[in-house]
Amino acid sequence: MSNIAIRCEGLGKQYCIGGRERYGALRETITDTVKAPFRRLRSTLRGASRAQEKGSNTFWALKDLSFEIKRGEVVGIIGRNGAGKSTLLKILSRITAPTAGEVVIRGRVGSLLEVGTGFHPELTGRENIYLNGAILGMKKAEITRKFDEIVAFAGIEKFIDTPVKRYSSGMYVRLAFGVAVHLEPDILVIDEVLAVGDAEFQRKCLYKMQEIGKASRTIILVSHNMAAVRSICDTAFVLDKGKIISHGETNSVVDSYLAEQLYTNTQHAKVETESFSVDNVKIYSLNSSVIRTFDSVNVQVNFTAKTYIADPGLYIGFLNSDGQRLAGLDFKDFRTVPPIPAGQKGSLGFSISSLPLLHGSYQLEIHLKDMAEHKFEFINQPFGFEVIETPIYGGRKLDRWFGSIAINAQAIAEY
Amino acid sequence: METELIINSQEAVVSDDTPSLTIRPPGNWTSISLNELWDYRELLYFLTWRDIKVRYKQTVLGAAWAIIQPFFMMIVFSLFIGHLGGIPSDGIPYPIFVYCALLPWQLFAHALSESSNSLVANERLITKVYFPRLIVPISAVLSGLVDFAIAFIILLGMMSYYRIIPKLAILTLPLFLLLAIITALSVGLWLSALNVKYRDVRYTLGFLTQFWLFATPVAYPSSIIPESWRALYGLNPMAGVVEGFRWALLGKSEPPGAMLAVSVFVVLLLLFGGLHYFRRMEQTFADIV
Repeated sequence: MSNIAIRCEGLGKQYCIGGRERYGALRETITDTVKAPFRRLRSTLRGASRAQEKGSNTFWALKDLSFEIKRGEVVGIIGRNGAGKSTLLKILSRITAPTAGEVVIRGRVGSLLEVGTGFHPELTGRENIYLNGAILGMKKAEITRKFDEIVAFAGIEKFIDTPVKRYSSGMYVRLAFGVAVHLEPDILVIDEVLAVGDAEFQRKCLYKMQEIGKASRTIILVSHNMAAVRSICDTAFVLDKGKIISHGETNSVVDSYLAEQLYTNTQHAKVETESFSVDNVKIYSLNSSVIRTFDSVNVQVNFTAKTYIADPGLYIGFLNSDGQRLAGLDFKDFRTVPPIPAGQKGSLGFSISSLPLLHGSYQLEIHLKDMAEHKFEFINQPFGFEVIETPIYGGRKLDRWFGSIAINAQAIAEY
Repeated sequence: METELIINSQEAVVSDDTPSLTIRPPGNWTSISLNELWDYRELLYFLTWRDIKVRYKQTVLGAAWAIIQPFFMMIVFSLFIGHLGGIPSDGIPYPIFVYCALLPWQLFAHALSESSNSLVANERLITKVYFPRLIVPISAVLSGLVDFAIAFIILLGMMSYYRIIPKLAILTLPLFLLLAIITALSVGLWLSALNVKYRDVRYTLGFLTQFWLFATPVAYPSSIIPESWRALYGLNPMAGVVEGFRWALLGKSEPPGAMLAVSVFVVLLLLFGGLHYFRRMEQTFADIV
């Protein structure tokens, strides 16, 4: 037991859904309170229990969660939005109370659920360092001791006595992060905060985190950034609908999660445009269950024609996670296909022999066309996919520093 | 709400003195952990300091506002109620009679509205970081003390102008000040916790303070209330505070005895009720704010 930092047993958190229970004007509660005895009487007469009545508009964000985290372990929590990751972190950091179960925590917990919590725009950088530090649980003496280090980390020496409302957003984030990474609790709980800042700064933060990790500090990290999870975490678990669905060594957990996610990413619900009904969009690798750099990849749009389409066409754009267009493919540049009658199923796509994208999240931008009518029908739903970290260029793992594009290159040397 | 800090003695023997914490679903009864509050005293300091620092940022007159408000109220009251209305003032010059009462009143009214809105105003903190939530309304109440101190200087000036020399009773002033703060805090605890769930509080507040001002002997002396009712009048704790201020500073003949006793009793009742209610609601703040 003594080397367990967190033990969690049967943890559950129930939320009420629907605005009624949440806000509710006072008047409503008063009328509710007055009505309640009658309602209860009525439901008792009908034989319905109150619990049933209550169950209809509640849901479990976390349900029956049990796990143990060892002291000094760095754990990644991954899962889709709404899987319960943030709720779990909020319970661990005592912001909200669980509805069921219990957690035993050994050590001082510091939580970093947001960068710059409590920053006040009117206060200067210096003042905000103290305020934010105190909010995050640092003692004044501790902040004073680390002050220079924080300022240097953020690189804002010149603006330290300027109100932070005059800061650029980059400076603001760097300062906030500077305070955060100097936090030294026994257990550090971090929620998706690495997503901020530019690539170089993210790298710096990751490096700092790894350093913290080495100091045998227990870290729990929620992130959508799989590269960060892989590089920092020893173990990981996947949350889905409030339950742990897999748990183990980071790389294998992340691989299977991404493969699963890829599968679900291609099975989108129908999207309707004016003359096409899109059944699904698939992007898959011919070499593996996940998509890696330089894999042979097929992109396929399966649809049903709603009207007669004289000259079917397709455009697919590849966007990075910031929405910047990296590349595009237009079907008409390659070939023409025969017309499709109304009601017929069809499939258009591209086969890419070597996908030149480095690891990261990308999106497809899709237009279906009828070239004869000069119609461009934009599919108004993003199709995301993930390229996983691939050892190219002699086995080294590349990070964001190398950009998004993979170049098939050879090194040459002449003396 | 049972998030208690237990130093697990059995394990402390085995390894080290790492604190162990058990998080469980909230129960009905909760204790107020003064230890924990003490641990977070620096945060209390910083939040109070922030509120003070930020209050008059980007204003032309700055801290002068702390004087302008009670000063002009004093003029308006003196003119309309004291001079034209002919309300008696226990033999004390009316301007200083009313200003002396306005000081604790303004402190109270400000502290009440700030603390009632404090949890909602600090929503970001509450949903992102753990700390004893009590710190938020407490710091909101304390931040009003600076304004009070500034406005107090004017009072000293007025006292020398009217040649009022304080008696030994002035030593009791901190007690009345404390009573004003605790009154504001106890009501603030109720209202801030209610405000998290029912934003109606915000709209009630202006009305409530206005009503309360009329029910408090600021513009008139409590001596116009019939003797037999005066103790009952103490049900309004601010009545005790205001009369206490006049007694301590202006040397009014009789101390507000029975009235004050009732006031203190009411405040203690409100305070413990408020603390209990606040603690009970505390764990749901982050979910519903």
